[in-house]
Amino acid sequence: MHEYSIVMSLMEQCEALAQQHKATRIEQVELKIGVLSGVEPALLSKAFETFKLDSVCHEARLVINVQPLVLQCNHCEQQSQVDERTIVCPICQSNKTTVIDGEDMMLMQLVMDT
Amino acid sequence: MCKDCGCSITHDHDHTLHSNPQLNDKKTLAVIHKILDKNDVEAQHNRDHFAAHQVSAFNLMSSPGSGKTSLLECLHEYLDARYAVIEGDLETSRDADRLIAKGINAYQIQTGSACHLDAFMVHGALHHINLDNVDICFVENVGNLVCPASYDVGTHKNIVLLSVPEGDDKIEKYPVMFRRADLVVITKSDLLPYFDFSIDEAKAQLSKLNPDVELLVVSVKNPDSMKVLATWFDEHKEY
Repeated sequence: MHEYSIVMSLMEQCEALAQQHKATRIEQVELKIGVLSGVEPALLSKAFETFKLDSVCHEARLVINVQPLVLQCNHCEQQSQVDERTIVCPICQSNKTTVIDGEDMMLMQLVMDT
Repeated sequence: MCKDCGCSITHDHDHTLHSNPQLNDKKTLAVIHKILDKNDVEAQHNRDHFAAHQVSAFNLMSSPGSGKTSLLECLHEYLDARYAVIEGDLETSRDADRLIAKGINAYQIQTGSACHLDAFMVHGALHHINLDNVDICFVENVGNLVCPASYDVGTHKNIVLLSVPEGDDKIEKYPVMFRRADLVVITKSDLLPYFDFSIDEAKAQLSKLNPDVELLVVSVKNPDSMKVLATWFDEHKEY
């Protein structure tokens, strides 16, 4: 259940950005959560709903965009998106791939009242 | 990939403030910020601290009871390098006490309810560990195959232990953890005759997730396997 710790870090970032841009309220928080980031979106949402009450995000809506794995194959040089949690290229079955996306958790966008 | 923010948008996109033309008082801010950015900065700070003392740091992760502490207790018989250990557990200082009893420099972090160590906790522990006469610092993370995988604690390499009684299917079940590993150590290998653990299956699963990872099969009761592990640490020192 490290989703609570992650939400705390997220709230800190939101507070700092709100202050920096003189926002009075944050309306929407948009995240990108990779399927191999180690975070469960449902738990993250729940943690957000709990922690937001005491923060600048108290009325904010959380939008989580789940990012599938994006692989760049070093063998057939094709790029592909996979739904399974594997780094094997679905086109040529090589495991010599580079993961381009799907392992990070990012804050992407804030909609705020200023 | 965007060089500024690491997102998958390949064309140029700016990272600045946009005003919504329909509503003047609303602003949409494209941030594109790693959520654990602060932890990552602190992790780098820890790595710099290790580098200043010419210490290589290894993060040991596994489920509870897979033999992290036992491995560290026995390793000093095989490893010439001098090492210190930062221990993470929810409660008790039992693990640090076990290591100290063997003459190993150890400091215990009690995380309370936190299911993982983060870079800030490791920083705190480093204030209690004298690295002057140390070559390697092990961080024994909280026993958990999920949460510790998300946190860079400022070590140089991740070691993930999987004990034979846990089963070879754990690699597929906990992909994030095994994907983060630089070395997977199958522990309690003396129990292989009694369990249906397949080393080949473990290798096959790892090749789908983390093909460059190394795999060692170890038992603390098998001195030869411990020597191989000790050599691995010697050969992978970096700072």
